[in-house]
Amino acid sequence: MTRTATRAATRTSADRLARLLNLVPYLLARPGIELAEAAGDLGVTERQLREDLELLWVCGLPGYGPGDLIDMAFDGDRVTITYDAGIDRPLRLTQDEALALVVALRMLAETPGVDNRDAVERALAKIESAAGDLADAPVAVRMPDDSTRVEALRAAVQRGRALRITYYTAARDETTERTVDPLRMLNVGGRAYLEAWCRRAEAVRLFRADRIDAFTELDGAAVVPPQAQPQDVTEGVFRPSVDLPLITLRVGRGERWITEYYPCERVERGEGDQWLVWMRVTDLGWARRFVLGLGPSVTVVSPPELVEQVRARAAAALDAYATVVPAAAGRAEPVDTH
Amino acid sequence: MHDPNGWAASVLQVSRTRTERLVNLVICLLSTRRFLTAAQIAATVPGYEHDPSDARDHEAFQRKFERDKAELRELGVPLETGTASVFDTEPGYRIAHREYALPDIPLEPDEAAAVGIAARLWRHAGLATAASSGLAKLRAAGIDVDPQATLGVEPMVTVDPAFAPLTAAARDRRTVHFDYRTPDGDTPTGRRLQPWGVVCWKGRWYVVGHDLDRGATRCFRLSRVVGAVRPVGQPGAYTPPADVDLISHVARWSGPVERSGRATVLVASGRAAGLRRWAQEVHTGADGDRLVLPYADVETLAGRLVGYGPDVRVVDPPEVREAVIQRLKEIVARHEELSTPGGQA
Repeated sequence: MTRTATRAATRTSADRLARLLNLVPYLLARPGIELAEAAGDLGVTERQLREDLELLWVCGLPGYGPGDLIDMAFDGDRVTITYDAGIDRPLRLTQDEALALVVALRMLAETPGVDNRDAVERALAKIESAAGDLADAPVAVRMPDDSTRVEALRAAVQRGRALRITYYTAARDETTERTVDPLRMLNVGGRAYLEAWCRRAEAVRLFRADRIDAFTELDGAAVVPPQAQPQDVTEGVFRPSVDLPLITLRVGRGERWITEYYPCERVERGEGDQWLVWMRVTDLGWARRFVLGLGPSVTVVSPPELVEQVRARAAAALDAYATVVPAAAGRAEPVDTH
Repeated sequence: MHDPNGWAASVLQVSRTRTERLVNLVICLLSTRRFLTAAQIAATVPGYEHDPSDARDHEAFQRKFERDKAELRELGVPLETGTASVFDTEPGYRIAHREYALPDIPLEPDEAAAVGIAARLWRHAGLATAASSGLAKLRAAGIDVDPQATLGVEPMVTVDPAFAPLTAAARDRRTVHFDYRTPDGDTPTGRRLQPWGVVCWKGRWYVVGHDLDRGATRCFRLSRVVGAVRPVGQPGAYTPPADVDLISHVARWSGPVERSGRATVLVASGRAAGLRRWAQEVHTGADGDRLVLPYADVETLAGRLVGYGPDVRVVDPPEVREAVIQRLKEIVARHEELSTPGGQA
């Protein structure tokens, strides 16, 4: 056998050993469970499960006689462990398992808008106490957000009705009214989002909760068309596609931070302390506001129309300052500042 | 198996006999109170048969047994070593059931559902495997986890590669070395840190600790760590300050700012929606709308206002107006040379 085959065998065997040591107590706790149900629960195929049971059947206490081996009774497609040979409990949690569960529960407890936070906190306390020292994870989580607003939105989504939202779209710098059919609420990178079918765009859209300036629940139920699928946000909320306009910026030291906050296609070292940054943008108008707002050390290299737009907008603004701003006039309007 | 070389078949066969041997080893060591020596185990557990008088055969057994012990330990099986009596010279092995078994965790259905949801958070991140094997153990302990349950908001968790080594180092109180690159630096610099803990703040990960080179408390963003995090020296090398509040060290640098300044800007009607939703007051006039904006820092506000170009004009205060004009001049100057008629970008 080759070295890789040996390694593969070791890995397969380690995974399988963990599974088998779990399988006995799992079945012990569920006498007469259907094989299909157990397989589904354990994430294996029914065939795999049968092979696991066959293997366990020849394992047992030293002596390895009929009374020493793990035993089970089959009743059609149902199985019951009748002798466990001493593996009556699962193995305790490893350090990594305790860390993974405890930190995930802390994240959940900190996520603004989460329902039944109380259950999350109770579960956390119990897992921590069961894992003992292992749960002493040196990991702290805090996700500050406007949780009252997110909670209200989540509750509305759970009631399953269509929503009328007032939404600010940063890409176009406009506020619009839309009717949406909610799919789910998400928290990505510490920000809350509503994922919904947008009747106006006729597509699934992610709406940042802090940009939903107002919402009302409609009388009708949310109707999500069958073609509406939740988006894969594992690589981030904004995944620029290649058909979006590509812009190139020359970025000085003070503004290099943008490469950490915006997805960049390429970053190269330029002259002196400058970097050349390539980005895909949904909208050149957004790119114009973005570049103008960045500050003194960013220059557009391409496309030429963006160079010209940035120059022209800045020049027009300067011209406006050359004229006198009229004294304040008009009436005051109260503004609802959330 | 449709494998012409029988490779997969042989992998499965080796793995099967190996798994069988290991299950029997665990059962045997769980059932014994006495420490069993390697020789006693070889004589008992199927799969270790060999001729101890044959040096090569014996050596092969020892290697096999060492590998098996390592595998059990890696799996988290608490393998105890000791001697059965003072007359024994060879070490023996056993597994204490109390140490082996997961303690009883009396989870209510809603708590179990929460754990199931928590375990899924990592589905795409580093700790996914550990979370699902942990959950499998809870299920094996008789806990039923409702796979359909939701808590209304699904957090998506991603962690940087430095997360695992830094949490391990903080847990073991072990000094680490890593290269760290900030966007305003040109080359990564080596850092030596005694990590106290890892913090997730607003969806980003940080490590807080005592920076040995600066001789001060520092926090570092995990996404800026370049390459491997290497442990330096022994575990237990330091003690983090008592009652250290990790969050406060991170929040200090990126916490909320107080917007005590007030600026008045004139906005063309129907424009600058982004500014309007942030305004404290709006006064509608014939020449546009006057917005009162709260702000903390002149330059930050200036940048934001410049973004709107001629749609926004600063009325007051003068320092904001000056900052905006200064920025506009620089932008025009820098882009003028690039956008000369017929010029190439």
